[in-house]
Parts: sequence; structure tokens; C-alpha cells
Amino acid sequence: MSEARIDVQVEHKHAPPPVEKKHPNTCPKCGSHYRDDELEQTLWVCGHCGHHFPMRARARIDWYADDGSFLEEATEVRSDDPLDFFDLRPYAERLAEAELNTGLGEAVVIGQATIGGHPVELAVMDFSFMGGSMGSAVGEKFSRACDSAIDRGVPLVSVTSSGGARMQEGILSLMQLPKTVCAVEDLHDARLPMLTVMAHPTTAGVLASFASLGDVTIAEPGALIAFTGPRVVQQTTRERLPDDFGLAEQNLRFGHLDAILPRSEQLEHLSRLLRLFA
Amino acid sequence: MTDRDHELTLRQRLSGLSRLPLLRGVRVDGEADRLRAQLVRLNADTTDETIWHSVELARHVDRPYTMDYVARMLDDWVELHGDRGRADDGALVTGLAQLDGRTVVLLGHQKGRDVKERLDRQFGMAYPEGYHKAMRVMEIAERFGFPVISLIDTPGAYPGVAAEQHGQGGAIARSQAEMARLTVPTVACVIGEGGSGGAVAIAVADRVLMQENAIYSVITPEGCAAILWRDAGEAKKAAAAFKPDALHCLELGVIDGVVAEPAGGAQLDHDEAARLLKAALVESLEELEDTPGEELRRRRRAKFRGMGVFA
Repeated sequence: MSEARIDVQVEHKHAPPPVEKKHPNTCPKCGSHYRDDELEQTLWVCGHCGHHFPMRARARIDWYADDGSFLEEATEVRSDDPLDFFDLRPYAERLAEAELNTGLGEAVVIGQATIGGHPVELAVMDFSFMGGSMGSAVGEKFSRACDSAIDRGVPLVSVTSSGGARMQEGILSLMQLPKTVCAVEDLHDARLPMLTVMAHPTTAGVLASFASLGDVTIAEPGALIAFTGPRVVQQTTRERLPDDFGLAEQNLRFGHLDAILPRSEQLEHLSRLLRLFA
Repeated sequence: MTDRDHELTLRQRLSGLSRLPLLRGVRVDGEADRLRAQLVRLNADTTDETIWHSVELARHVDRPYTMDYVARMLDDWVELHGDRGRADDGALVTGLAQLDGRTVVLLGHQKGRDVKERLDRQFGMAYPEGYHKAMRVMEIAERFGFPVISLIDTPGAYPGVAAEQHGQGGAIARSQAEMARLTVPTVACVIGEGGSGGAVAIAVADRVLMQENAIYSVITPEGCAAILWRDAGEAKKAAAAFKPDALHCLELGVIDGVVAEPAGGAQLDHDEAARLLKAALVESLEELEDTPGEELRRRRRAKFRGMGVFA
């Protein structure tokens, strides 16, 4: 055994130094560290530099919805594994793990609620469930949210946070783009508004479908909003990227957003819009 | 799904296929035979190779592109240029023409034949301007009641700095929304690579067809391998896992029919490939033309809203 040992020192001499894994409660921008209850009080925003930490779907719903008004829908919808997909690990296993780790059935939570007294339908994505990726179940739940809004004649408030389509469902995940687009078109035919809040990150298949179709679109500060992310653009085109490439700030400058709002201002803004559309 | 169930669905699909009026004009028997042969190959568990063969044929340098079909299938072709805002995108061509005696609007991705044309057309990867042009031309179709024919052949939408700044994601979303609103018959066919959002942007059609050796996928095999296997060299494995070939797309209910190609692939006989494609497009249009526009739109949306498999 001991003779066969390989000198790993040599092999790793040129390897990059291991990335220091920061605690999720440590601000990646300024290094401030917070207790869970501190972050909860500040809506997961860094008190020093204003960095917006990722916000879980349930926490956001508790915050947006008037107390006790939220009634969740489509709780039974789960992803299936139509391709028996197996990369380094089986898709079925990844799904089970995501459900255990997040306590969510899928990467989006939908339901009825009131915001500032206005009845709405909510569809809130959660990035911690497989990167918020959109497979058949996410597409179905979002579409049902549109239907529920139509049935009750109320606006849809949609919060997006997603890495894109869920590759493990192959072409069926791509079909969730036209599926959710058709659902939004049905909502628009019923003359009901969709208000979209883009959280970090809103990319690829979700940006190229329902996320971009809001009547009013606001984004959180610093959110990545891009069809193709900076790493892939850099690798494919070897172009020099602007410093704020793909960020909400650039998207606002180029006319793709109505506003960038910190969390502290979002609820008042949404309530005002709901009054205007009422 | 167990192997047994899988085979059963495939067989059901096949039996449905032989009755499909859509494919009558393209020799359904020959087509069914070929698919049956594919089924045998699937059963023989050589899916990796079969699927990879499709990927190679779909990207074959001699494969006919949109303009090759335009020249062979359409009369009185008038190309329409520019998005009326910023640019003319050569990766996505649009125009008016006659197909079998009726005026149609044609949209199609266009790759290039030589190095210069490939660069000019960005290898068939459209900028947002390309989709803006498509939307503007769809409006013409809607206003004058022209059917829309859409030929899809792109590795994906262009992944560049300017493309992002000009709103690639939003353009793809709005192009789909425009197609979901049309009240004219729409037929799309994947004639090579149906790559991700860049493809589906112009594929929200009443009838979506795929040529026998075309592929339609959420990401390129290389991209999928790079992300899930952390090695772009595993593209073959990735393709086998996400199954972008026509038969699997048909089985999953993503497309409505498969268009036969000349034996050995469309690259071997452009004229015959165009004849077969034209027959399938005309056949599909004839099926749709008597349906009122509102009903077409309702059914189109219902079709796409029914897509997906979940528990």
C-alpha cells in the first residue's frame, strides 16, 4: 500500500488555490456576517453594503402577502423523470434530495393572496431547488397560476429566480418556454396584468419566456439578468465583458426594466401598481 | 417508465403514424418502415450511436439550409430585410413567396456555406434583431392572412455582449408570444439543428415537424456535457441522455410529425429533400386552412399548454 502512494503534492502544484467557501450568512461583497434572525429582520439585505442575499420563496411570500392571506395551490404537482435521465447522478435522486433540502415540492410556489388588501395570484420561484430550473412541473405550476388569476379576475405577481430550463428533462423542459408564454397570453387576453419581480439570477429559459412578458418589470439590485451568462459569453466569443455585464443595472440602462428596487421599497411599489391596475 | 411501457408507447406512436394523413404525401409506408427500423435499433440498445448519428447528420456541412429549400420549394421569392429598428440579421431570413399557389410568409435560420458567409450569418445564431425582424414579418402575415412557414436550423441564439445588451431573452419571449397570438395557419419544421431558445422562438406553430435526421434540444450536447458532466468531450453521452432525435421528440409529443429525407440523409440529394419537405408543408397547410383563425389560436395554445410530463 505505502509503495503505491502517489506524490499528490506535485500534481497539485499548479492547481488554483481552493476557493474559500464562505458561510451563506457572510456578505460576499463586504464580508459582514449576520445571524439568521438579523438577516430575517432586514429582509436578507446586508445592513452595511445593501447586498441582497438570496431570499427563499416561503420567506418572500410571508413578506409580500398580507398576514394569513396566502392559500397555496397545486401543492401536489411534482416532477417526473420521463427520460430516465442519468448524468453523474440520477435525476430522480437529485429531485428527492432537493425536496428534502428545501422542503419544497418544486422550484416554484403558487397560490392566492392579498397584497396591501388587493387580491392577487402569486408565483414565486426558489433558486435553492435545483437552481430554480424550469422543468415540466414548474411550467405546469406557473400556467396554473395564470389560470387561477383568470378564474378570479386578479393580477398575477411573479417573482423569478432561475438558472434556466432543467436539462434533465431534455426537450420537454424547452417546451415549457412556449407553454408558459401561452399561459401569459391567456392572462393578457383576459385583460389581467402580470407584475414581474426579477431576483438574482433570472437567466436563460425563464428570461426567454414568461419572465420577460410582465406588463411591469422590476428587478432587485445586482441581480444577474441574462439569456446567456457572462462565463459562457466570454468562453464562446472571447469578447471583453463590461464590468456590469448582464446585471440589473445594465438591463435598466438598455431599456429592459422599468425599475430596480431594493427590497425595502418593493412592497409599497407593488401596492401602488396594484391600485393603478385595479 | 419501464422498458416494456416505453416500447409500448413507441409502438402506439408508430401505429398512429401510419394513419397520419399529414404524412401521406411523403410516402408514409416508407417512413413508417424507417421508423420501425429505428425502433429495432432502439431495442437493440445502441441509442448512443443512433442518436449521435442524427446529431452529425443534422450538422452536416452539405445539409440543405433554408435558402436551398427556398430556391427549390417556393416561387416568386421576395426577401424582406431589417427589423425597422437597428439592423438586418443575416442569421434569420424572412420573406414572401408562393408555396403551391398561395402566398406565404417564410421565416428561417440561415447558416453559411463558405467561411465568409458563415461569419456574416453568425453560423445561424440570430441576434435579438433577427427575432424582431421575424415579429415584424409575422405582423404582415396576420394583417393579410398569409400562412407562416418557419424553418428552424440554429445551434442557438447568439451568445454575445451586444446580443445581451439588445435583449436576447426578451426578444425570444416576445417572438413566441407573437406566434401564440397569430390567427393564421402556422407550420414549423426543424430542418437541421433545433437549438434551444433560439429555435423555439419561431417554433410555436400549429404543426411542428422535424426532418428525420434533425435534432431538437434544450441545449447543445456539448453544452449539456460541459455543465452536467463537467466535460464538453462527453457530448455523445449527453446526447444519448437527453435524446434530441426526431423519433424521441415525436414520442414525447413535442412534434406532430416526422418528414422523411432521401435515404442516407438530406445532404445527399437536396432536390429530393426539398420535394419531400414541400409535400409535408403543403399537406399540413391544407389540413389547417379550413379552420377559423380564433380556433387555430385556441388549439395552438392548448397544444403547447399540454406539453410536459409531471407527477
